[in-house]
Amino acid sequence: MDIGNCFHCGNEIIKKEEIIFDEKSFCCNGCKTVYEILSQNDLTCYYDFQAAPGATPLDIQGKYDFLDNEEIVAKLLEFQEDTTHIVSLYIPHIHCSSCIWILENLQKLQSGISTSQVNFPEKKVRVTFNPEKTTLKKIVELLCSIGYEPYISLENYEQGKKLVDRSLIYKIGIAFFCFGNIMLLSFPEYFEVEEFWINQYRGFFRWLIFALSLPSFLYSASGYYVSAWKSIKSGLLNIDIPIALGIVVMFVRSTVDIVFGYGQGFFDSMTGLIFFMLLGKLFQKKTYDFLSFERDYKSYFPIAITKILSDGTETSVQVYDIEKGERLLIRNQELIPVDGILISEKASIDYSFVTGEAIAIEKKSGDKIFAGGKQMGKVIEMEVLFSVSQSYLTQLWSNDVFQKKVEIKHKTVTDKISRYFTPALLLLAIVSFLYWVFIDVTTAFNVFTAILIVACPCALALTAPFTLGNVLRIMGKRKLYLKNATVIEQLAKVDTIVFDKTGTITTNKKTSITYEGAQFTSDELKLLKNTLRGSNHPLSRRLYDFIPNQERMEQNEFQEIIGKGIFAKFGDTTIKLGSSQFLAHMSENTHKKTKVHVEINGAYKGSYIFNNQYREGLEFLFENLAKKYDLVVLSGDNDGERKILEKMLPKNSTIVFNQKPEQKLNFIKNLQKEGCNVMMVGDGLNDAGALAQSNVGISISENVNVFSPACDGILDASQFEKIGFFMQYSKNAMKTIYMSFGVSLIYNFIGLSFAVTGNLSPIVAAIIMPLSTITIVSFVTIVTNVYSRIK
Amino acid sequence: MSVIYLLISVSIVVALIFLIAFIKAVKSGQYDDDYTPSVRMLFDDEVKKNPNKNPNKNQIQTLEEKQV
Repeated sequence: MDIGNCFHCGNEIIKKEEIIFDEKSFCCNGCKTVYEILSQNDLTCYYDFQAAPGATPLDIQGKYDFLDNEEIVAKLLEFQEDTTHIVSLYIPHIHCSSCIWILENLQKLQSGISTSQVNFPEKKVRVTFNPEKTTLKKIVELLCSIGYEPYISLENYEQGKKLVDRSLIYKIGIAFFCFGNIMLLSFPEYFEVEEFWINQYRGFFRWLIFALSLPSFLYSASGYYVSAWKSIKSGLLNIDIPIALGIVVMFVRSTVDIVFGYGQGFFDSMTGLIFFMLLGKLFQKKTYDFLSFERDYKSYFPIAITKILSDGTETSVQVYDIEKGERLLIRNQELIPVDGILISEKASIDYSFVTGEAIAIEKKSGDKIFAGGKQMGKVIEMEVLFSVSQSYLTQLWSNDVFQKKVEIKHKTVTDKISRYFTPALLLLAIVSFLYWVFIDVTTAFNVFTAILIVACPCALALTAPFTLGNVLRIMGKRKLYLKNATVIEQLAKVDTIVFDKTGTITTNKKTSITYEGAQFTSDELKLLKNTLRGSNHPLSRRLYDFIPNQERMEQNEFQEIIGKGIFAKFGDTTIKLGSSQFLAHMSENTHKKTKVHVEINGAYKGSYIFNNQYREGLEFLFENLAKKYDLVVLSGDNDGERKILEKMLPKNSTIVFNQKPEQKLNFIKNLQKEGCNVMMVGDGLNDAGALAQSNVGISISENVNVFSPACDGILDASQFEKIGFFMQYSKNAMKTIYMSFGVSLIYNFIGLSFAVTGNLSPIVAAIIMPLSTITIVSFVTIVTNVYSRIK
Repeated sequence: MSVIYLLISVSIVVALIFLIAFIKAVKSGQYDDDYTPSVRMLFDDEVKKNPNKNPNKNQIQTLEEKQV
């Protein structure tokens, strides 16, 4: 088997199926077609920016018919006018510069499109087109044909225009403007040269500095005043109170100083302080635009579904308009949006995402089918029992857990320190004031304000944002995307880890198949493979891929019995494949494993066993984690895997099977009642409740572009074995924060020693502030980077 | 030395102009996406079409072609 790589998508080519076109090899007809489209339109530059940037286009027969519906289209468009329509589409496959190039050259592929612009971080493309020359449906179909299928879900349907909040950037711009200019204007006075000219113009400089400090004081720092005020009202003491206090005191003292001519004031330190604090806020605000941590069932559901009218014609209808008694058409890989009854003869539905069951369920005519499953195989017809809002899935999402927007008042570490810091500071200030008031009143005031100024916990408040911001970025590079910085602090506190089984610790990619029994001759293998070709059952398909390529043979007889097996006849030989009941063969082990038994000409040969493939490094990971955490495995599947799991996990871990989604949620609730700090690692909708309830919910995703339920963090499946590293790293991050608290306190002591003795001059303050800031920032950045190297 | 009033005032005004330009630029939304423009910048202009292809399509010259 030669291994070449497809020129378009980079996948391995099986020599037999290779297609050569224009002197290049492709793995399939789809890739070749995309190449054809591009080269006919002179767009082969696409391949110049990145090697094998494409994706195989999928069959979308009828999938986008709902875009014929005017109402639906109107809700999806961003802008609508007679000759111009603008739509913003989310395209998960955008991943490189070639993608940007081809998507910004769409006008060459379709004449109705005037321009298109890509937003790479968000993986969106904004297409401006003329509705008289082309339609949204044609554009979407074009995108699919070149391998860039958009992901349109109910969520896009309801989203209004997103308001972008840039106020922090404005504040920083103004703060820096004031800071820079004030620093420059302060220089003459720093050097205190008693020259004639400086005495003449001193007033000018000082009042100019005063005027420049106003925008920064009033606008840029406004966030801190608001936060401090809210904190006082609610009785908590957060870190913004001493900050706001420090800023206000600095301003008042400096104004008094220049009005009465005592000195030049501390405007430079004040504006510098405001600027650095805002920078810290910005740094902590790292967001991942292409991910969404707030997904609910709406982003999992399609917008519209095909309805079959009473006269047999098919129309598209919005998911919300589905009513009881209507008939729906569900195609291969399409989602079933409502609970209903199956009309077609049989269906094979994959519920792994919803219930965690690993194998698709076979249903026959008359069976009830639930919303959330994916149809695998032929097109089926169903009759609706409940509308979308009443189906089981939606009920699951209406659980209180999601409505509450669990604001587990997590006390960030900075807020905890400030509870002691603020009172201590005020105490010190008052004591020093009282001490000096008996000696010299003016100095007393000086000292009082100086203490509040220099102890202003600028370094303290900057520690957490810069540390956590850096950690967030490093984790993001390692493919663990966290919702925000507080999740890191929560990660460090976890003591119990709960794992889901299907899809989380197992991967559906390579279910390993093993064979037990008498060896097959090559003739028998030929017969087997040909028998399997006729069946659409997922197990048959997997087995078919597993058996090496064989010659084609015609069957004389073929019969598939749902839920039991297959019977086929080739000339004189009969083959029976299926469950042990079908073959009337009782096997010794009652493992409840998935097995396909083989019988040829009435003689039992053996069975193929389908093993769940556990993720790489799982045992090692469990071993490591077991040293510091309690481990639990919750599964929606049956307990066929119990023995294997018990081997892999340490003695006292809990393993529970057959858990419905509500049961998983309750399990976590109970753990929390016992005082545990729980982290849940899951992947599907069946874990959604548990993920929301736990202290930290991590969603594992094979492809981060595909739906993952509401969680605090998304981990790429390839990095699953690194969970131990991430847990340790978050603990190290907290250690770093405590260490740098220590460093900043040292600066505070030094500054306070100047202040208490009445020696705090503006120039000293102007030196200490930036110095402490820069030290802290460099320190935490270096330390977190060092920690990230530790495996 | 009283010219210093004028000099400082002018410098403040110039700085203010830059501040306003900054605010306007941020408001226009061009910095919301700061990655894509860096890639877009590296794309070439329209490439001259292969004369063997469909003769009905228009011919477009590039700067590179002319310089060669």
